[in-house]
Amino acid sequence: MDWNNFYDKLLNFGPFLEHSNEIWSGFLATIRLSAMAAVLALVLGTLLAAMRVSPVSVMRATATMYVNTLRNTPLTLILLFCGLGLRDTLGFMAQAAPTVSGYWLAVAGLSAYTAAFVCETLRSGINTVPIGQAEAARSVGLPFSQSLRLVILPQAFRAVIAPLGSVLIAMIKNTSVALVAGYFEATATMKQLFDDVGATVPLFFGFAIGYMILTLPTGLLFGWLAKRMAVTR
Amino acid sequence: MRIRQPRKQQGSVLFDAPGPRARWLNRVLGVVTPIVVLGVVGLFVWQLDRKGQWAWALWEPFTEAKVWQSFILPGLKNTLSAAVVAAALALGFGVIFGFGRLSERRWIRMPCGAAVEFFRAIPVLIMIFFAQAGPPVIADAFNRSIEPISAFEAVVIGLTLYNGSVFVEIFRAGIRAIPTGQAEAGYAIGLRKSDVMLRILLPQAITTMMPVIVSQLVVLLKDSALGYVIAYEDLLNAGFVQVKSNFNNLIPAAIVITAIYVAINLTVSYLAGWLERRSRRSRKSAAVPLSTDTSALLATPFSKGPNT
Repeated sequence: MDWNNFYDKLLNFGPFLEHSNEIWSGFLATIRLSAMAAVLALVLGTLLAAMRVSPVSVMRATATMYVNTLRNTPLTLILLFCGLGLRDTLGFMAQAAPTVSGYWLAVAGLSAYTAAFVCETLRSGINTVPIGQAEAARSVGLPFSQSLRLVILPQAFRAVIAPLGSVLIAMIKNTSVALVAGYFEATATMKQLFDDVGATVPLFFGFAIGYMILTLPTGLLFGWLAKRMAVTR
Repeated sequence: MRIRQPRKQQGSVLFDAPGPRARWLNRVLGVVTPIVVLGVVGLFVWQLDRKGQWAWALWEPFTEAKVWQSFILPGLKNTLSAAVVAAALALGFGVIFGFGRLSERRWIRMPCGAAVEFFRAIPVLIMIFFAQAGPPVIADAFNRSIEPISAFEAVVIGLTLYNGSVFVEIFRAGIRAIPTGQAEAGYAIGLRKSDVMLRILLPQAITTMMPVIVSQLVVLLKDSALGYVIAYEDLLNAGFVQVKSNFNNLIPAAIVITAIYVAINLTVSYLAGWLERRSRRSRKSAAVPLSTDTSALLATPFSKGPNT
């Protein structure tokens, strides 16, 4: 038994610490992508949810079609299409530097995909708002847009804080796929290090812990927020 | 629990029968929305045209049987076989770790919980990467050597660990959703704990869990496309690499492949919805079916599961 080899492959966190600069910038890239995509997905998802409950049938149909298509397409396909299709074939952002275009294409693909899930979550939140609330809003004369904005959506948002948190966590994990759109983040860094120094156990656990530092507190924070902001009925 | 009143149409509660001004506004929006949508789609179509993507030569391959036989159908077969194998293994993982997490013994419950929270908290892709590159390294640490892990195996391992962990949560929520009176009745007639689980809780939980398990299969099927990253020859690879390298028609290939994925997933989603409606009517279980939307179920880490 070669104990040095055993130690290097299974226990030695040395390579992880040696490359801590690259790893740090990898996770920083993950965070930058997550933050931007989260904001855009929330905005687009809210807009889609509003469209899905609106009185205009064309709006409902458009939003439904969007959600059904995006939700049932693999994210890998969407991001790959952003990279190979939009940039390389159709020439969107082709002049930009690869790091810039990779970022924005990944943001576009990821937020377009996540928005569909935000919309569905929000819609299930709208379903939890008691009918009396909508009726009361109507009876004091609020039109659709105001009753949605002032009465329904605030309660719906508070009802789905925890599920929105799990959509956000799923999105943070999904940033790992952004490497197919040509964006270099933590997972791409891990792949690179696997190729350069070998796929050792400490290296894998180092990255896994890095992702857990991003996802677990997010889940706990949203769980806490959900409890704090719950609508008492 | 609040009893939800029946509601015929989602939209109808939020707005009244429109008056003259609302009718006018709705009509304007009804015209503006299609214009905006068609504008965006038109821009895309126009850009495709500028890049010559509507040339028949690029679309023509999809009318040939050979293209389907040698690229797309084998790719579809690989996608489905990875998904089916992973689904079966993930269900097994879910049942074993699910029982583990519900165990009353701390030394069983804690490690099972830790494993599940770990696999749920990290991206599937890094599991797939490590599943492919890791085992030979680990074997080497013990002075052994093993066959390289194939792309198929790596994809299946990654999908199994993640979706298995989700199934554990579904399983736990399904058991907890059964009213406590059911288990109490079992104990009252003298059944043991294992009997209560296997004869009373589990059969009812299966009815409750079925819809959400089927809808999780959509997630699994979509994630199988991650195999593309490690060059697994799945449906995505067939379209974006094989067909494209033969005919240089990325956009048409992407559209066809997307249509296939969407068609399969919509069918499975529809099946999940149908199962949900059916088990809502069914009287085989004392509990209402779990929602097919797992985001509420998976909301908080380390949770004790939904309280019902």
